[in-house]
Amino acid sequence: MIIVENLHKSFGDTHVLKGINTTFEQGKTNLIIGQSGSGKTVFLKCLLGLFEPEEGQICYNGQYYSELSIKERRNLRQEMGMVFQGSALFDSMTVEGNVMFPLDMFTKQSRSEMQDRVDFVLKRVNLIDAHKKYPSEISGGMKKRVAIARAIVMNPKYLFCDEPNSGLDPKTAILIDNLIQEITQEYDITTVVNTHDMNSVMEIGEKIIFLKDGFKEWEGTNKEIFKTDNKAVTDFVYSSELFKKVRQMYIEERN
Amino acid sequence: MLTILLFLCTQDQIEYMNYLEAIGKYFIMIWEVFKKPTKWPIMRSLILKEIDELIYGSMGIIIFISFFIGGVVTIQTALNLTSPFLPKSLIGFATRQSVILEFAPTFTSIIMAGKVGSYITSSIGTMRVTEQIDALEVMGVNSLNYLVFPKIIAMLMYPFAVAIAMFVGIWGGWTAAIFGGFAPSGEFIKGLQMDFDSFHVTYAFIKTFFFAFIIATLPSFHGFYMTGGALEVGKASTTAFVWTSVVIIILNYILTQLLLG
Repeated sequence: MIIVENLHKSFGDTHVLKGINTTFEQGKTNLIIGQSGSGKTVFLKCLLGLFEPEEGQICYNGQYYSELSIKERRNLRQEMGMVFQGSALFDSMTVEGNVMFPLDMFTKQSRSEMQDRVDFVLKRVNLIDAHKKYPSEISGGMKKRVAIARAIVMNPKYLFCDEPNSGLDPKTAILIDNLIQEITQEYDITTVVNTHDMNSVMEIGEKIIFLKDGFKEWEGTNKEIFKTDNKAVTDFVYSSELFKKVRQMYIEERN
Repeated sequence: MLTILLFLCTQDQIEYMNYLEAIGKYFIMIWEVFKKPTKWPIMRSLILKEIDELIYGSMGIIIFISFFIGGVVTIQTALNLTSPFLPKSLIGFATRQSVILEFAPTFTSIIMAGKVGSYITSSIGTMRVTEQIDALEVMGVNSLNYLVFPKIIAMLMYPFAVAIAMFVGIWGGWTAAIFGGFAPSGEFIKGLQMDFDSFHVTYAFIKTFFFAFIIATLPSFHGFYMTGGALEVGKASTTAFVWTSVVIIILNYILTQLLLG
C-alpha cells in the first residue's frame, strides 16, 4: 500500500502538484487519469523517487521515503517495477537480456536459475519465442509485454505503468490492461497506472484518481465514475459521443 | 533573492553563470561516476565492449589519417628546406618531432573527439530520450557508473592507439620521402635518430591520458544531461564535439607549458 500525504512539487515558478492526498491499495489496479499537463507523470515520478517533492510524504508499506537512508531507498527501488510509456527496453540487449538484466544486476542467482525465471515471466506475459530477438525486431505490443516481464521479474511489491497502452491497437491495449490486472491480483502487488485511455478506466479501474491542474479533483472506482456528478470528471471521461451514450444508457437502466 | 539577482544580471552575466553551472555539474557527474560501482562481472563485459567500440573500432581511421599526415609533414618540410647547406636528415628529424609531439597525440585526439565523442553523446542521449536511463535509475542502478565508467576505463587504452599513430605517421613520412624522392632512406632514418629525447614520448603519452579522459567524459556529460528529442540528440553531439575540441586545445597548451615550457 502507498499512502500519499499533502504532496507538493514545483519546477521553478510552476507549481505542478498541489497538496495531493490519496492511498493506492495493495492487490488493486490504481489509475491516475487527467488531461495532459495535469501533473500525472510528475506524480508518478514522485512515487518512483525520481523527483523529490518539496512538501508532503510518501509512505510505502509503513516506510516514509523521506526518512529512508540512501541505501534503504536503493533497496526500496529494487522492490519497484516500472513500465515506461515507450517501453524503455535496452536496445543493445535481446528480449531475454532485457528481462534478465535486473536479476543479473542485483541477485546472486546462477545462470540456470536466472534463465528459468526469465522463461517463466516471458511465458507469463505470453511471449514464448522472442527470447533472442532485439527490441527493434518486435512489435509495440510485444515491447510492452517485455517491459512488463522486466518489471515483474524481481517479484516487485509495487508496479508503476506510464500509459502502458499508448500507441497500441484497441485489441492489444485491452490485452495489456488485462495482463496488468491479472499480475496485480496474482502477485498481490500495488499497481499504479497512469493513463489517458478511457477503455482502461472502464476495464481495470479498481481505484481511480482524477487530477486537474495539480489538484486531486476526484477519486473512486470504475463503477462510481458512471454516477459522479463532478463536472470536471464527466467533461473529461465522457468527452466522446460513444462514452456519453454509454453513460446515458447506464443512467436510464438505473432509473 | 536568486530571482532579484538574476533580474539585476545582464544577459552576458547570466550566460557566464550558466557556463559556471555546467562546469560544476560536470565535476559532480565525475564524482557520481565513481560512486556505487556496478557488479564486476557486468562491468568487465561492458569495459571489453567499450574497448572494442571506442579503441579497436577507431584504429582504421587513426592509421589512415596518421599515415597521410606523416606523409604531408615530410613533403612540406622537404619543400621548405631548399638550402643545399641543410642536410636531408632534417626532414626525418622534423617529421619525428611533429608527429610525436603534436600530430599523433593532439590531431588524433581531435579526430577521436569527432568519431568517438559523437558516438558517446548520441548513444547516451538516445538512452535519455527513450527513457532507458530512467529505467536504470528506477531499478536502483547508478546509471552514471554503468554508462560512463566503462568508457573512461576503455579510453585508458587510447595511448596504445596513439603509439600506433606515432609509428604509422613516421612510416608515412618515410614512405613519402622515399617515393617522392625528397630524401634517401638512410638520411631520413639518421634524422629520426638525431637528438632523440625520450621525454618527448613521455610528454605525448601524458597529454594523451588527459585527452582520453576528456574524450570519454565530456561527450558523456552532454548526452546524459540533454533534454528533448531526436533533433536535440544531434545538436548535443555537435556541441559535445565543439567543446571537447576546445578543451583538448586549451589543455594541450597548458600541458605543453607545464611539461616542456
